[in-house]
Amino acid sequence: MSTNRRHFLIGVGVVAAGTAVGVYVVPRLLGKHEAPFEFKPHSFVRIGTDGSFTVVLAKAEMGQGVYTGLPMILAEELDVNPQRFDIEFAPVDPAFFHPFLKMQFTGGSMSTISMYDQLRLVGATARNMLITAAAAQWKVAASSLRTEDGVVIDAKSGRRATYASLAEAAAKIPVPAKESVALKDRKDFKYIGAKHPRLDSHLKVTGKAVFGSDVNPPEMLKAVIARPPSFGATVKSFDATRTRAVKGVIDVKQVPSGVAVIAEHTWAALKGREVLQVEWDESAGRDVSTESLRTQWRALAAKPGKVGKNDGNVDTALGKAAKRIDVEYEVPYLAHACMEPMNAAALVKDGQCTLWVGTQNQSQDVNMVAAALGIKPENVTLHTQFLGGGFGRRASTTSDFTLEAAQVANGVGRPVHVVWTREDDMRGGYYRPYSVSRVRAGISADGKGIAYHQTVVGKSILKNSVIGKPILDKLGFDPSSIEGAANMLYGFPNLRVDVHDTDETVPILWWRSVGNSIHGFVVNGVIDELATLAGRDAYDFRRELLAAHPRALAVLDAAATDAGWGKPLPAGHHHGIALHESFGSIVAQVAEVSVVNKTVRVHRVTCAVDCGLAVNPDQVVAQIQSAVIYGLSAALSGEITIAKGGAVQSNFTDYPVLRLSETPQIDVRIVDSGGPLGGIGEPGTPPIAPAVCAAIYAATGQRIRKLPISTALT
Amino acid sequence: MITLNVNGRSQEIDADPEMPLLWALRDLLKLTGTKYGCGVAACGACTVHIDGQPIRSCQTPVSAAVGAKITTIEGLSTKGEHAVQRAWVELDVVQCGYCQSGQIMSAAALIASNPNPSDADIDAAMDGNICRCGTYPRIRAAVKRAAEIKRNGGAA
Repeated sequence: MSTNRRHFLIGVGVVAAGTAVGVYVVPRLLGKHEAPFEFKPHSFVRIGTDGSFTVVLAKAEMGQGVYTGLPMILAEELDVNPQRFDIEFAPVDPAFFHPFLKMQFTGGSMSTISMYDQLRLVGATARNMLITAAAAQWKVAASSLRTEDGVVIDAKSGRRATYASLAEAAAKIPVPAKESVALKDRKDFKYIGAKHPRLDSHLKVTGKAVFGSDVNPPEMLKAVIARPPSFGATVKSFDATRTRAVKGVIDVKQVPSGVAVIAEHTWAALKGREVLQVEWDESAGRDVSTESLRTQWRALAAKPGKVGKNDGNVDTALGKAAKRIDVEYEVPYLAHACMEPMNAAALVKDGQCTLWVGTQNQSQDVNMVAAALGIKPENVTLHTQFLGGGFGRRASTTSDFTLEAAQVANGVGRPVHVVWTREDDMRGGYYRPYSVSRVRAGISADGKGIAYHQTVVGKSILKNSVIGKPILDKLGFDPSSIEGAANMLYGFPNLRVDVHDTDETVPILWWRSVGNSIHGFVVNGVIDELATLAGRDAYDFRRELLAAHPRALAVLDAAATDAGWGKPLPAGHHHGIALHESFGSIVAQVAEVSVVNKTVRVHRVTCAVDCGLAVNPDQVVAQIQSAVIYGLSAALSGEITIAKGGAVQSNFTDYPVLRLSETPQIDVRIVDSGGPLGGIGEPGTPPIAPAVCAAIYAATGQRIRKLPISTALT
Repeated sequence: MITLNVNGRSQEIDADPEMPLLWALRDLLKLTGTKYGCGVAACGACTVHIDGQPIRSCQTPVSAAVGAKITTIEGLSTKGEHAVQRAWVELDVVQCGYCQSGQIMSAAALIASNPNPSDADIDAAMDGNICRCGTYPRIRAAVKRAAEIKRNGGAA
């Protein structure tokens, strides 16, 4: 970056007050020789005198495409081709807080939804000020001017001025009230709604993108932590004599998460850890196992839980039902298994802490690190890096991987990068919750779904989270434990969902689509069972239950039509269908599957999605494909089993994930109903497991009520 | 001291001969484009070329790389103009991007030896590279596109 480039902050610092978006601006003019990073920019866009445009990204890029999609929104109103933007990750600052959550956070498929209005206003305000500057310079009415890709144009006189040439004057203009800033009509959109290439492609195909793993501040050391063999275990004692003798090892120290081996480089740290002797106190959780939990939870599922949803009278309706089922569904703990294992680097020095980390949870990380170190949050600086996958794992409710880096680095005086091996990552907890459900459901004599009662057993994610605790306190239960069931679109006149919260030692966390990945499977599985019970087609049966939701019907119809539902398939191939709404978007999928000698092969997945306006449609397609593959890995073989209090699986060798040769053709149609913006990172995951399981039923006659399929298929 | 030839340059490192090439590249030579993913040659994120052949650097001791030509993602091209990189950009393959250095090195080795890879060839060559974002459909298309760019005389 040029060090003598001048940047002007225009239309800066749009912050939210509640849900209303307000504008405050302190137009600032950088000195000629100041580098832009020498002050804290409260700005989403800086315009350089050299024609550069720097856009500051408030969200973490973990693959979902915000690095491109959010700048596109700003670009639309600013009227500059996003291809000209340089993107910077935002510092932690209220200017970049989530408008509703009041913290810097990326998750819940909310980035586009929450920033759409804000970024349009920023872009439009800046453009308005640039036009005002040109109008003053040319002594013409602002209304007579137009813009075109970074240039203000006076059509009458033919005069043109680049934004760069107007930036200095524009920065001195008072920021117009938002009511006076006109936003574009959707029909005039140039960028929003059209395919735009990813702005991070070049960095990522050349190896230049800097992930958390790749940071390299001067004098940095590497560390690995000897972690407990079972969840909740603590260090009783350790002997580091042999570790300290390993060449390159600098120090060994106990931290809350285990015993850290700090070394000149990763290999020395790993060699040092290999010979470290640690004695653990495993009394807290050594007895925990998936098997023991299953026994307890099945018994719990037979008893009424805390009621989260209760429409109609499910008991009466079940009593009157012509036919009913009473079934158990079960899904396992799942690791997120991001390609980049967890890691964070920290420097603690002179009462200050600097963090370099790929995180979804900046504000909480800063606050928790500050509290742990006994310093003020303003003395913690966090530099967000590219995330090598997130899927929720990097939005840790305890800030675990960032916090421990600060704890390891505390007292070292040099930056320390705590890296996790794949085994550390996979055995380190924070899984998608293990969940057992009992469902009683019934149909009427004329084959309509009339009653659905699901009792869920599983551990609350929200009770241990800063964001979620108040919600849990207010409701008395964790809505994420039953999401996707309690708020299902399928219209059962009698619906009850109740929940038992559990308290096993295994740390759990949101995993791509959270409760929806669990209950999208349960609900759609039960719907299929009811359709069979009624002797009806699974697609038609769904249509009837979705009659009150035209958007959902359109999505379901699109997927069924594109897949050729009901039409002949190649010999041995079978279809299964599912639909689920989550994060404001509706996704339907038809899976085409064959089962030969207990080997399940998914040949094709046909998807339809309604996410409202698709800002970057090609990336919407990419996210749906991504979500299908992520969900398919889990459905086919994903399982973390707990035995003796710890995870059995440890690497991709025993936690297999989908590979290229196993990947089906995945077709995606975007159905734009004109509905409100929905999320796109997560909603593609829930339908795939039930769609595949429905196809397996069609192929084999076996209901898969317990995932993964690999262990359930007989 | 151990001498390695990396991306056409001779580099001296002070390393245990058993140190995996991955850590020598990343921690000692600061070539961080090559990634750690599993440490057991099960994911392909650490793929580099040794004398043109794709290998998993997490399971290759530096001693085994002495005297050979090592190519990492940083050395594949000077400005990202290799046919595979061009195809990857053209088809918007990347998502999080963490696995892509390894994917690209595997793909580059494939099209260097096979100018017109079939689906089965691509499956075989790319199956050792995991992508958790699920960019596989685009990888499949981009490998074909890269081969086409190369056949048409594009840089490779």
